[in-house]
Amino acid sequence: MSSHGNRLGRGRGGALGRVVRAGVGRRRIQTLVIALSTMIAVTATVLAGALLMASRAPFDHAFNAQNGAHLAVLADGSKATSAQLAASAHAQGVEGVGVTAASGPYPQIIAEHGTDSGGDFPGIGLPPMNIVGRANPGGPVDDLVLTDGRWIARPGEIVVSTSVFGARGSVGMTMTFPDLPGKPVLTVVGIAQSITGTADAWVEPSQIPALTQPGTVPGLQMLYRFANAATDAQVTADRNAVAAALPRGAVTGSLSWLSAKLNAEQGTAPFVPFIVAFGVLGLVMSVIIIVNVVSGAVGASLRRIGILKALGFTPSQVVRAYIAQALIPSVVGIGLGVLLGNVLAAPLLAKAERAYGTVSLSVATWIDIAAPCVAIVLVAVTAFAPALRAGRLRAVEAIAVGRSPKAGRGRVARRLLGRAPLPRAVSLGLGSPFARPARTLAVAGAVVFGAIALTFAAGLVTSFRMVQTGLNRDGTADVSVDLGATAGGEAVHAGPKGADQPAADPVAVAAAIAAQPGTGSYFGTGGTQLAVSGISGSTLVTVLQGSAAAYSVPLISGSWFTGPGQAVVPTRFLQSTGTSIGSTITLTDNGTRIPVRIVGEVFDLRGQNGEVITDARTLSAIDHVDRVGGFEIHLSTGVNHQSYIRALNSKLHPLYADAQDTAVDSEGSTLPIFESMIAILTAMLATVAGLAVLNAAVLETRERVHDLGVYKAVGMSPRQTIAMVLSSTALVGLVAGFVGVPVGIALHGYVVPIMAHTAGTNLPQQYISVYSRGETVLLGLGGLVIAIAGALLPAGWAAKTRTAAALRTE
Amino acid sequence: MVDAPLIELHQVTKKYDGGPPAVDDISITVRAGEAVAILGPSGSGKSTVLNLVAGLDRPTAGTVTVAGTRVDELSESASAKYRRTRIGMVFQFFNLLDDLTVGDNVLLPAQLAGTPRALARARAAELLETLGIAQHASAYPGRLSGGERQRVAVARALINRPALLLADEPTGALDTASGEDVRTLLSELNADGQTVLLVTHDLTLAQSCATRTVRLVDGRIASDTAYADAGASGTAAGVAPFPTEGAAR
Repeated sequence: MSSHGNRLGRGRGGALGRVVRAGVGRRRIQTLVIALSTMIAVTATVLAGALLMASRAPFDHAFNAQNGAHLAVLADGSKATSAQLAASAHAQGVEGVGVTAASGPYPQIIAEHGTDSGGDFPGIGLPPMNIVGRANPGGPVDDLVLTDGRWIARPGEIVVSTSVFGARGSVGMTMTFPDLPGKPVLTVVGIAQSITGTADAWVEPSQIPALTQPGTVPGLQMLYRFANAATDAQVTADRNAVAAALPRGAVTGSLSWLSAKLNAEQGTAPFVPFIVAFGVLGLVMSVIIIVNVVSGAVGASLRRIGILKALGFTPSQVVRAYIAQALIPSVVGIGLGVLLGNVLAAPLLAKAERAYGTVSLSVATWIDIAAPCVAIVLVAVTAFAPALRAGRLRAVEAIAVGRSPKAGRGRVARRLLGRAPLPRAVSLGLGSPFARPARTLAVAGAVVFGAIALTFAAGLVTSFRMVQTGLNRDGTADVSVDLGATAGGEAVHAGPKGADQPAADPVAVAAAIAAQPGTGSYFGTGGTQLAVSGISGSTLVTVLQGSAAAYSVPLISGSWFTGPGQAVVPTRFLQSTGTSIGSTITLTDNGTRIPVRIVGEVFDLRGQNGEVITDARTLSAIDHVDRVGGFEIHLSTGVNHQSYIRALNSKLHPLYADAQDTAVDSEGSTLPIFESMIAILTAMLATVAGLAVLNAAVLETRERVHDLGVYKAVGMSPRQTIAMVLSSTALVGLVAGFVGVPVGIALHGYVVPIMAHTAGTNLPQQYISVYSRGETVLLGLGGLVIAIAGALLPAGWAAKTRTAAALRTE
Repeated sequence: MVDAPLIELHQVTKKYDGGPPAVDDISITVRAGEAVAILGPSGSGKSTVLNLVAGLDRPTAGTVTVAGTRVDELSESASAKYRRTRIGMVFQFFNLLDDLTVGDNVLLPAQLAGTPRALARARAAELLETLGIAQHASAYPGRLSGGERQRVAVARALINRPALLLADEPTGALDTASGEDVRTLLSELNADGQTVLLVTHDLTLAQSCATRTVRLVDGRIASDTAYADAGASGTAAGVAPFPTEGAAR
């Protein structure tokens, strides 16, 4: 740098500082666009990153936050003492596997219970409850999180698990235990969550004896955290070490955290890849936008650069000045983006907490640091290239480059447009993109990505809904009937079928359903665990009865079974067993072997190895599953669910069956989270695309302000001026929109099945081909909307530009 | 050929951003058929007068009436309509649109006015022919000489048959030969009945094609002189030559 250059760059603010400040202050719109673009890009990045992390490891996050139990061991209270359990954490063999924390022992019983009419589930039978006596919800292991109400303060109170009763709504209800001496009644004072589901409910330890059947001894529950419990093998080793530290045969059961993790993540697994894809799309688009905006801002200042160089600025000073001009608003935008990202993430993460059953999710600190750092580097690198070009330009050349676009560009197109039967203002506007092909391409790129994002997002939402519907199997039936779930009469006593309760006759129940006015169609359901050739352990075998069953599970390929000896299976089953449609598998139960031919592949994520869904008659050779355990009913159009259920129950209760509405509780659904996130990210990306258009339109308007003055001087009205400016972006938006839509559809069609595979399933074709022709056209017009919206402000400014002042502009 | 008042500036004052008046309480009347040259040194307010008449600017005080229309009261839209129907403008630096052909430049005001395509094309062809630039109709302005460009600008100004032709230093950017060419053109137009209001520091232009000169100094009228013999050579009484201005532009 020359000494003269040094003098220019030094001093109070120096010439360089003044140039930077003046540049930032003078070009307010570009400064604003850079700030807003970077803000939105960083907001989207932080938001996507936060939710991505939250969705990728929600269980792990909550497990760590709640000091989840790697292993819950249940010991026979008659074979091991509390002291022995407590000592097990420090036993030599157990220390060898690395116990890092332990909690307990807690007395534990299995109790059957009922609810009174004040509860949410009057008359509804629930399975036996695993009740643990626990004085407080905290502790070194398995911190319980109260989602509603309060913790137990005295005997007579009970806190129930969210896994049984949901997050809210049950506080205040009472639970009766009619089979126990004195028919104890407990009041629900709180709802709590155990990340590994160590109990269904908790009471004061002193309450346990009153809930214990005479002649039995409560069990003892001990909770452990280990240094090494990442795999099944490690957890098994840990369990064996604990069992070895206790009297032989004392351990009656155990619960691995990996089982809870598998169950917890099963519902969300298919969504994780979707979020990854969307996050990546957002990040790529952010990069493009930053490149466009910063390059445009530097490129628009070339003439000024020429003047600065003519005044004695060195190339390095010019480069620094223009990188700084891009960085200053960017840093402001990036800072605001981090803030906004965290603010927006909070409610979404709160939803995620509820949906995933996790607690206290927040934006990871490294995201808050990494996102702005990457953005700043990106802006600096992006600005460097055009700034370097400016720095290297000779002064005269820079001044020349900085003027209006070369007149020769796009002349043919503009000439042809001039002859088109269009209003002249419109044809002038339509022709202007051809004068700046590079800028037009950049804007088109931004709008294309905006359209891709819109299209991809719209498809994802539709696919998500279909996947969610398919997973929940909601919409497949309006009413379900459970056989033997309740006694009739007062509907107070509930619980599983007792010895004194006769079995419901499925034939009689089916007849009652068939005879009930309002019944559209119905099918029977049942299930059992059977051994399947090629799979270790047992596999869920679901049996269905009736033709309407064909609509209960989405079919991916093949066909539905048409009779006994056939089955449909999910993708996961085919993958686990290495079978395919047409293969024959063998179901085995106590020596009974039943060959079943696979005729179809269905969308179903239940079970680690999937499940086998077959006609109920397939298992007729196995005595204990030779009848269905329930029915699913589709109602005729217009039938009121509640009225139907009331009427049907009046006939079913005497038969020891109970009808229930299958309406899904949306509280726990993950769908709203993803829809919210997609909506926010898509809106942001569309806004960024609009800002890119705004930036280009501002640059175009400024560069051609003199021409604008000429147009107005020869009689162009404000309305015609607006039409001209809007037309200048409309064509780009329209074309980009219709380029982006097929790309977005292709992206959706390519990415969604791949992502589904990572969740261990194929998808039904209707989950992938989600775009209707009308939607496609509307999405294509989205590009036009983005372009028009982005150009509205500059169009207004152009219309208001004073003609005399514009004509004086060089 | 001189007729009723076409332009009436009544006690017009124009100030920019609270500064001293660029035009200070002036009143000028121009009758149809006149060719009036407003002369004055740099900063005298002559371009401001032209902008006020063209509706490009509004007076701080006073009224501007052209062909019975209060130009100072027009909305932006009405002002645009006024410019494309009542007046034509010729600028020192032509202000042609470089990305449009000569033909398209000339057609532009007619197209903005919604003139039927055939009529507009016929009128443009006629003007290009009359002004001797028909052979350049498909060329771009950048390829033409200064004089030719100014002829294109004049053709564009006349396409909508305006009652008034405004010319702002029409020879200011031209060489001597081209300047003479434009002077002759304006004189001929005025001789054909076109009312012309031109702003210039070019005394020769004023002498050759104006029927009357108004001299401004510091925003005020210093003199208002009619030539006895419009277009005749010689210096009008009371009009003194000015030092050349604007040559640097």
